[in-house]
Amino acid sequence: MILFILLGMAIVTMIPRMIPAFIVDKLQFRDWVNRWLNAIPYAALGALIFPGIMTIKPDQPHIGLIGGLVAIGLAYIGLNVILVVFGAIATVFLLTF
Amino acid sequence: MATDAVDSVTTNTKKQMIHKGIAAGFPIMLGYLPIAITYGVLAKQAGMSLTELTLMSVMVFAGASQFMGVNMIAVGAGALEIMIATFVLNFRHFVMSLSFMNRMRGIGLRWKLPLSLGLTDETFAVSALHPDEAKEEKGSWFYLALILTAYFSWIAGSFLGGVLGEVIPDQLSQSMGIALYAMFIGLLVPSVKKEWKVAIIAILAMLINGLCVELGMSSGWAIVLGTIIGGMSGIFLMKEEER
Repeated sequence: MILFILLGMAIVTMIPRMIPAFIVDKLQFRDWVNRWLNAIPYAALGALIFPGIMTIKPDQPHIGLIGGLVAIGLAYIGLNVILVVFGAIATVFLLTF
Repeated sequence: MATDAVDSVTTNTKKQMIHKGIAAGFPIMLGYLPIAITYGVLAKQAGMSLTELTLMSVMVFAGASQFMGVNMIAVGAGALEIMIATFVLNFRHFVMSLSFMNRMRGIGLRWKLPLSLGLTDETFAVSALHPDEAKEEKGSWFYLALILTAYFSWIAGSFLGGVLGEVIPDQLSQSMGIALYAMFIGLLVPSVKKEWKVAIIAILAMLINGLCVELGMSSGWAIVLGTIIGGMSGIFLMKEEER
């Protein structure tokens, strides 16, 4: 039974990921569609960051927000992504100590 | 002689691309490991066997939906119910894949297809912010290496979580919950510094997502709508690109 569920989950996850690979070669998008699609990564990043970041400690949303602000600061001064990640982890660790 | 020289040049670029891909995938690995271990621990506690929980990571490779799936299996939800919920939660990858594949037009289907299967929020975010490799020779190897780095860390972490149980102290694993968010921020901020309009697109998407959640929408649809509608502002804000 679990195998059947796993297979089902795999298929419904794979199909939406795969379809674009087949269709982009057959479609020619207008410029405005291309601009839309090129903006998707930034929109997706926004939607993935907020409001989810407030749930890392569900009863204390400010902890995620402060960690996020520290990450913004570290990224703004030009640090590598890995250092940004470590900085944010350290911040949350110290805040919850 | 001449062909030898050409061969070594192409293997060099291939190797370089693979190295670059692994380096770009490294932050994802850092973010995935603690989450995958947590997933493994929870799945084990929910009564799944080590094989089953690792197999789920191999077959599904989508974090949030795996946590949800484990929960639903634990409470005895029906197979169809679980599949529909998984579809809704992972449908956002369709939008991401469309954006990514549109960038990969020059690359053959035998590359595009396997790469599309490895698209997660995180591999998409990192790949999409490295659009130049798509135009370079052997650039597909960059994306493949990036995705496989993420994929194997996800599988290895799940397995470890299932084997070890709760080894990571709570406080540390909680602190590591911010890792992926910090990675997303670390990816977004440099783009904003280059082009401030990017911030408008991202903030619009955040607000729309937040609004949808407030209205009681499931987080899957909220992210889809935030991404699509927020991205729409790009029609007016993004610059025309040379093709």
